[in-house]
Order: sequence, then structure tokens, then C-alpha cells
Amino acid sequence: MNLLGKLSWDAIPHDPIVLGTLAVVAVGGAALFVFMTLAKKWGWLWREWLTSVDHKRLGIMYIILALVMLVRGFADAIMMRTQLAVATNGSEGYLPPHHYDQIFTAHGVIMIIFMAMPFMIGLMNIIVPLQIGARDVAFPFLNNLSFWLAVSGALLVNISLGLGEFAMTGWVAYPPLSGLEFSPGTGVDYYIWALQISGIGTTLTGVNFLITVLKMRAPGMKLMDMPIFTWTCTWANVLIVASFPILTAALAMLTLDRYLDFHFFTNDLGGNSMMYINLFWAWGHPEVYILVLPAFGMFSEIVSTFSGKRLFGHKSMIYASGVISLLGFIVWLHHFFTMGSSANVNAFFGIMTMIIAIPTGVKLFNWLFTMYKGRIRMEVPMYWVIGFMITFSIGGMTGVLLAIPGADYVLHNSLFLIAHFHNTIIGGAVFGYLAGFAFWFPKAMGFHLDPKLGKVSFWCWFIGFFLAFMPLYVLGFMGMTRRLNHTDNPDWNVWLYIAALGAFVIAIGIGAFVLQLILGFKNKDKNLDKTGDPWNGHTLEWSLASPPQFYNFAKIPHVEDLDAFTDMKEKGTAYQRHASYEPIHMPSNTNAGPIMGLLATAMGFALIWHIWWLAGASFIGLIVAFICRAYASNTDYYVQPDEVARIENAHLDNVAKG
Amino acid sequence: MSQHDHDAHSHGSVSSYVVGFVLSVILTVIPFWAVMTSAYDRATLFAIIVVTAVVQIVVHLKYFLHLNFTKEGKIDTLSFIFTAIVIVMVVALSIWIIYESVLMMMY
Repeated sequence: MNLLGKLSWDAIPHDPIVLGTLAVVAVGGAALFVFMTLAKKWGWLWREWLTSVDHKRLGIMYIILALVMLVRGFADAIMMRTQLAVATNGSEGYLPPHHYDQIFTAHGVIMIIFMAMPFMIGLMNIIVPLQIGARDVAFPFLNNLSFWLAVSGALLVNISLGLGEFAMTGWVAYPPLSGLEFSPGTGVDYYIWALQISGIGTTLTGVNFLITVLKMRAPGMKLMDMPIFTWTCTWANVLIVASFPILTAALAMLTLDRYLDFHFFTNDLGGNSMMYINLFWAWGHPEVYILVLPAFGMFSEIVSTFSGKRLFGHKSMIYASGVISLLGFIVWLHHFFTMGSSANVNAFFGIMTMIIAIPTGVKLFNWLFTMYKGRIRMEVPMYWVIGFMITFSIGGMTGVLLAIPGADYVLHNSLFLIAHFHNTIIGGAVFGYLAGFAFWFPKAMGFHLDPKLGKVSFWCWFIGFFLAFMPLYVLGFMGMTRRLNHTDNPDWNVWLYIAALGAFVIAIGIGAFVLQLILGFKNKDKNLDKTGDPWNGHTLEWSLASPPQFYNFAKIPHVEDLDAFTDMKEKGTAYQRHASYEPIHMPSNTNAGPIMGLLATAMGFALIWHIWWLAGASFIGLIVAFICRAYASNTDYYVQPDEVARIENAHLDNVAKG
Repeated sequence: MSQHDHDAHSHGSVSSYVVGFVLSVILTVIPFWAVMTSAYDRATLFAIIVVTAVVQIVVHLKYFLHLNFTKEGKIDTLSFIFTAIVIVMVVALSIWIIYESVLMMMY
């Protein structure tokens, strides 16, 4: 038996672009390692961050993961756009098909699973427990484990860059192309295990946050009184719990097909690949609503705060989100109208898809009515909100257009589709996360970022988006299909050049964003947020210090109004000094999460390369680690009243100084 | 199990289990009898079996699984209904989609 399975020296790619990237990563990694060692920061990193069960720190780590993967996914994007701008008139460009196919697959997987999801879950982690007046989530250790499972998946995707290959199937990995016969390499296995491991983490997150909002709301806050961001996250979690198991099952069946010669999705012996396509989208469509609903919640909070008004139609927002969640679960066939089910089936799913525009429209009007006669402050988050309203409306309209099965038969798999879903995911979800990032950054980190650079970043993203994707609508109508490696049609050239230019404008936007962060950390002390309420906020997270006290609330607040903190400020009950405090019960940090995450990575890696002994050993290790954690006794501690009093008084002194 | 579980959920009494059992027997005997007498045509027979089966599911849920709408029991009932809706939507629509596409392939 070969101890290394399929792994050998041949697994290292010979492509100069990949080797160059690897060299850069190696140098950067070595520099980071040396810096951390010289600064003696490893112990601190492990104790304070990696093993932390604090939802706020986990949220920050999720967002760091998302930003790193954003850069990786964007590098893929800009390579594709430059390749297509160069490879016109029959020229072959600089990316051979074997590499190009991996790039567009990695771009899709990374942007959806390892950029958007961690970004959304990160913001949810930081804010939801604060908004409902809780001290942590329902299961703090599980929260840490979920994070490490997400990291584990992200690690596998990045390892595929240097060892073996990534899938060349597109991010949907339809069989029979993703079956063993047509994808004999390790690419699809990397795809399967990366998604499988991180998907399980996401399911656990969904369960965790549902229990949190059901069981841990502050006294006085009924379900319908929860702030709108918490509500939209709750709907997203309902969708996660309902849909992620479908992905897990579909991937498990694909795994059986590839590893144990099953025939769920093969062309012969009774298999049917359409069943994979069906299951994939029964997860995949709810997934895009999982991404966009929390973004809608962020826009709602921001519009209300910066208009100085209560959100228009809080209840209708909740119901609209609920209707979107329900409808979002019964429209998945619109991703494969052309599969050729009957006209009745296509009509049903087409009409359901169009109906989603109604609750979404309700939301848009609610935002507009919130702004109406408000005292609008044009801070950075508001730029993103208004950019979103314009961009997303266009994306929504092209979506309704694509929902007509007849039109879809013409536009299916064309660049029109690519333009449409980037229009909704960038214009909806990503703009939302960047708005939420700008809005809650002072809360999470305790200092402000430079608003000028924030606005530069916004304008570059906004203009860059339109430059990069409006040409794709045109190209779609001109007949250009997706996933082409090179083209030979002079009419398309000018549009491909404009699209590439747009990608570079977005790159400047990302650059401004990174610069904003670097300068922000450098000038941190000059821009501290001492009050904890920089925007005159409405909800409970703004009643705490920035960054919040590690136990969140010294005394659990009693909620008497939808905008709980506004109500407290008006009644004069905010910022109360208490004579005495109770001891606070807190969960302890744990090594179990990162250890189990690492073991999961090892298991995934071993399964990809058929290193059976390692797969078995790391699986047993996972079980043992879990049992050890389950029997651990030292999992909590008490914060003593004098420490609470000291921290609270320091914060209240800062508030009093203004 | 622990004390806590006892407080949180009612596990039923002897009488409620007997009621559930008797109802289940009745609901099983009715379709059985309907089939044995051969007094009905296929469509009626089918309707009787389906209706009594569905009613029996509800009886089981109420008397054996103790789903109810009290303050403590509501969350269990709601998660059951949620699961049922999701399964019905995904499974039923999937069967419809694949069935129709297979039919189209046969033309």
C-alpha cells in the first residue's frame, strides 16, 4: 500500500502563473511567520483569538477570512477578464483552457462559499447577540467549531492551488462532467470536501443562531420586536437549516459515485444526472437568499439610522422577508428551465420567481418611505445603500426577464445571465456587507475609518461594477456564452475591453478599501470611538462601549420599544450607573474548535488524495476530540462584580466626557 | 432522564395512551374492513384509506409524540410543521420535476 495515496511530485503544477503565485504566498507567509515570532504573538493569537468562543471575536475572524478570500476570488476574476480581453480574434490569450477552467470554478466557489458566506456570518455573529441583549450565542463552543470548519474548507480550496488541481466543472459541478469518467483528477474531490466540511459548519451556525434568537432575547423583547437585521438573519438561518442538508446529501451521493462506484448520477446503470442538478439548486437558490436577506437587514438598519427616523413598516419588512424565504424555496427550477421538464413545471416555477419581485418591491418602497422627510446624513454606509437601491433594481428587473421560460431559453448560459447574477449578488449582497462593514466597524473595532477613502472605494466599486457588467448584458444579447476561453468575433471586442476596464476600476476600489484599513489601524488612536454610539443608533448594540465589553451587557436590559436604545435615550434610562453588579457567567475559551478544524482539514486532504490511513486516523481523532470536549468540566467561569464595575465605570466616564 | 425534562414536557398518562391506541385501532380497522368487504369501487376505497391514514398520523402526533400548542410544547410542534412543509415542498416538487422530465424524454 502506498502511504501517500495518489500524492507525488507530479501534483505540483508547472504553470508559471501558479508557481509565481505560490512564491508570493510563500514569501508573504514566511514574513508573517517571522513577524509573529519576533513579536512573540503566537501565544496571544492562540489564547485570545483562535480558541475564543466570544461571538464578537469569531465574527471579526470570519470577516478577516472573507476579506482574504475576496482578494483571492478577485484575483481569479481579474485574470478571467484580462484573458477574455486579450484572447480575441482567435488569439489564445495567456491562460490555457486547463488552467482557465479551474479559475472560473474557483472564482464561483470562493466568492459564494468562502467570501460572501463568512462575511454575512461574521456580521451576524458580531451584531445579532448584541441586538437582542444577549451575552453570547446559545452554543458558544459550537460557534467556534463552525468557524473552524469554514476555515478548513477554505484551506482545502487554497491547498488545491499548490497540490493537484481544482475542479474544472464550473462552481455547480454537474455530473456527468464531475463524475469519475470525465473528471478523473483530484479537482472535483477538492471541491466536494471543501464544500462538505464548510457546509456542515454553516448548518451548525444556522441551528445555533435560531436557538439564540428563540431562547436568549432580553426580557420585554417579543419575537416581533426583534430589530430588523436580527429578523432577516433569522430568516436566513431558517433557510440555512432547511437547505444546507440538501447540499450535504447531494455532495454525499456525488462522493459515493466517485469513490465507491455508485450510480446515482451516472449516465448508465439507472443513474440520472438531472437529479443532481435538481438537488443542487434546491440548495443553491435558497443559498442566494441566505446571502441577500441579511444584507437587506443591514440596509434597513442603515437607512433608519441615517435618516434619523424609525424604519417605515417594520412588521411588513418582517413579513416580506418571510415571504421571500418561502418563495425562495420553491423557485429553484428556474436555474434549469432548459432541462426540458414540461411546460406546466416551467410555468409554475417561472411565475413563482416573478412573484418574488413583489415582497422585494415592498422592501424597496419601505426604504424610500423611511428616507422620505428624514434628515439624511450622507455617511459612507448611506452611499452603499443608495448605490444598492439603483444597482439592485436593475438586477431585479433582468431577473424577472429571465424568469420568463421563453426568454430564458434564449439567454440561458449566456453572459446576460452572468451579468444578472453579479448584478444581484454584488449590487445586493456585497454592497450590503460593505455597507454593514462601514456601519458597524467602529462598534466592532472601537475606532473610525477614513470616510474619504471609504467614499473613493464606493465610487470605484459602483462605477467599476457598471463598467464591468453592463457590457456583459450586451454580449449576452449578442450571443456570447459563459465559460469561453477565447473568442473570434470582432463585434464583441469593444465590450470585452470595457468589461476588463471595469474590473480594474473595482480593483482600485478594493485597493482604497485596503488602504483605508491600513491607515485606520495606523491612526487608530486619533479616531477612537469613545461613546460607543457614533451614529446616534437605534438598537441595543450602540448602548455598549466600542468595542463592546467582552460580557456584552453588565445588566441584561429591559426592552420596551422597537428601537430599544432610542427609547432608552429618550426616557433618560440609557447609560445608567449601577451601585452594584451581579457576577456574570461566561464560557471559557477552548482548544477543541481549532483542533477539530485542523483534523477535519487533514481528513478532507487525505480523502482527496486517497491516503486512507490518514483519513481514518484523523476521523478517529475528530471523534476523540469531540468526546473529550463533551466531558470537559472546566468550560465556564464567573466575572466578578468588582471587575464588571471597573469596566462599566470606565466606559461611562468616557461617555460623560463625550 | 433528568428532572428538567420532566418539568418541561408532559409525557402523557395511561389514559391518553389508551385513547391514542384505541383511536389508532379504529382508524386501522376502518380501511381494512372497507377493503375486505369489497363494497366500494377503487376511487372511494383509495379516498377512505388516505383519509384514515392522515387522521391516524395526527392521532400519533398528538397522543404518542405529544405535540401540542401549549407554551412549552409549541416550539416542538412548530419545528415539526416547518420540517413537514420543507419536506413536502422539496420532495413533492422534485418528484414532479423529474417525473415530467422523464415523460418528456419518452416522447
